[in-house]
Amino acid sequence: MAANYNAEPLLEVKGLKQFFPVSKTYTVKAVNDVSFKVYPGETYGLVGESGSGKSTIGRSIIRLYDPTEGTINFCGMDISGKMTRETKKNLRLQMQMIFQDPMASLNPRKKIKDIIGEALDIHHNYVNTAERDAKVEAILQKVGLAKEHADRYPHQFSGGQRQRVGIARALILNPKLVIADECISALDVSIQAQVVNLMKDIQEELGTAYLFIAHDLSMVKYISDRIGVLHLGHLLETGTTDEIFSNPVHPYTKSLLSAIPIPNPELEKNREVINYDYKTSGIDYCKGTDHLVDGTHFVKCTDEEFATWTGK
Amino acid sequence: MSEEKKREKILDVKDLDITFETTAGKVHAIRGVNIDLYQGETVAIVGESGSGKSVTMRAAMGILAKNAVVNKGEIIYRYRDNVGGIDYNPENDENAVWKEADILKMDKKWIRKHINGRRIAMVFQDPMTSLDPTMTIGKQIMEGMIWHYKIDKKDAYNRAVGLLKEVGIEDAEKRMKQYPHQLSGGMRQRVVIAIALSCNPDLLICDEPTTALDVNIQAKILELIKKVQKERDIAVIYITHDLGVVAKVADYVNVMYAGKIVEVGNINEIFYDPRHPYTWGLLSAMPDLGTDDDRLYTIPGSPPNLLHEKEGDAFAPRNAYALEIDDKLEPPMFQITETHSAATWLLDPRAPKVEMPAELRNRIERMKKEAQANGSKL
Repeated sequence: MAANYNAEPLLEVKGLKQFFPVSKTYTVKAVNDVSFKVYPGETYGLVGESGSGKSTIGRSIIRLYDPTEGTINFCGMDISGKMTRETKKNLRLQMQMIFQDPMASLNPRKKIKDIIGEALDIHHNYVNTAERDAKVEAILQKVGLAKEHADRYPHQFSGGQRQRVGIARALILNPKLVIADECISALDVSIQAQVVNLMKDIQEELGTAYLFIAHDLSMVKYISDRIGVLHLGHLLETGTTDEIFSNPVHPYTKSLLSAIPIPNPELEKNREVINYDYKTSGIDYCKGTDHLVDGTHFVKCTDEEFATWTGK
Repeated sequence: MSEEKKREKILDVKDLDITFETTAGKVHAIRGVNIDLYQGETVAIVGESGSGKSVTMRAAMGILAKNAVVNKGEIIYRYRDNVGGIDYNPENDENAVWKEADILKMDKKWIRKHINGRRIAMVFQDPMTSLDPTMTIGKQIMEGMIWHYKIDKKDAYNRAVGLLKEVGIEDAEKRMKQYPHQLSGGMRQRVVIAIALSCNPDLLICDEPTTALDVNIQAKILELIKKVQKERDIAVIYITHDLGVVAKVADYVNVMYAGKIVEVGNINEIFYDPRHPYTWGLLSAMPDLGTDDDRLYTIPGSPPNLLHEKEGDAFAPRNAYALEIDDKLEPPMFQITETHSAATWLLDPRAPKVEMPAELRNRIERMKKEAQANGSKL
């Protein structure tokens, strides 16, 4: 199932701000005025360096944090403020998360079938144990594990298999949106490819939308339909993967793309990385507004900056 | 490096074979590894986790775990005594003579005094765990110099400030008094590099130095290591699984699989003319920014468990091009050019002609064209 851009957006984040007060005089502005949409069945990649607020956005959306300001609309529900019991239940059913380190996010004392089946227990999604086991088995098969694995413990698996368990756990309730927070960074390159391929297959089959949070741009390129580039809590540039990679406008995006090492030695040895330093760049992210480049490609900057960067 | 200068071999790993005694049995982690390293050059060791890249380098540093048993092999390290203290440069001394030592035969005390930190220094993957959180940055940089060269504190302090500046840290004096947690990830890795360089080593081993860092910072750290290497004419070994990093820094590449080097060659031979099916797989599995394929290639199966040894080529079960002999006999190294060799039966004259997968060939053609368009003489 391909992404459906004509439908209502599945997730709409508007002006999201997430501040953490450290002391009376100092507040960390982790996420500052971020807006984006995720459509049903698409993969939206959030990229940025560590400390750019990409994980915070994911956590605010799934309401592990209480957003300071802004609205989050999900499946027609407003999930940004105080939620009713009904909304809360719906949110927990429709949105799931995959974490970075599968060893740390799986309870070492529980069997795989209980880790995966926990969501079923909480939401009373089965009549008897046989049905629960059948559901767990079906999802295990979907992520490429066998039913014998259900009775094992997390430490008996390899890294890639563990992350498959993490994916199975997120998918068991058939959610509409899965937030994958750096879900491949802890894995070996060859295993990363397997997990990314698996996630793509599942998306095609079930039509799940992903919010894919990562710092590895080359992997993000493979999986994402659209990308948002974050820096210091601001969403600087957003557009389809093609638009971002073939025509980056913001200097930060340019520097980010130039820093990806290309596996072509003769080319790579002579390539210069574009340096970018926020302090000396003279750009003030807070003054920027969204400017349309073309299609769905937006960049956050002031009018003058936009004129110099695009030559329009 | 200038052409006429003689290449001095400084590290020679010969037929190294190591097993680990574990409660589950013997794990045959290294099964005959050969690596050569020359002064001023960069060698990259590539492979999946568990292929034995780190163990090999730990053996060269003499810091193997207690349960490791070296069955055979030698690690010859060639060096020139730095009799003149920390600033001594053997290049300027006509009397400097090359000495040889087999690290595996030396006792811990000798290695600690002459090798660790002083001649071979290591940069680890995660700077947060390799720095001591209870010591100031300054103290950690000065520690090695004072221990190895018995210089006084004031001299060590000035040198440490100089090193911090060399690795691109501003406000060096202020940083000297700070603790690791007060620095960002990239800064910490710079500090680790400064520590590694503090005793004027001849060889720097970088064990996945940038895996924990962002791409921007990765690029800066790699350029920093390159710069330092050029200025000091030291050899660098990179242990990594990122072929993009390899393309950027390496002169020679060793591809490792299940405790063996399966292909070795200079950088262009490995990237533009790979011969071993495992190298084909590695190159195909790289995410490529240039194509629009929406599926990534993966090498089928998973690396073998070295607890259970198997007859024949360890890669055979995952190898689509495996021949019958691969299940019975381990392939020797076949020499292709002077610098390039690979351990696969496909190179035997009696083997059927097998070409690399068409997709990879197209990709390499494209890579060559891109390189030529940028003025390379391939």
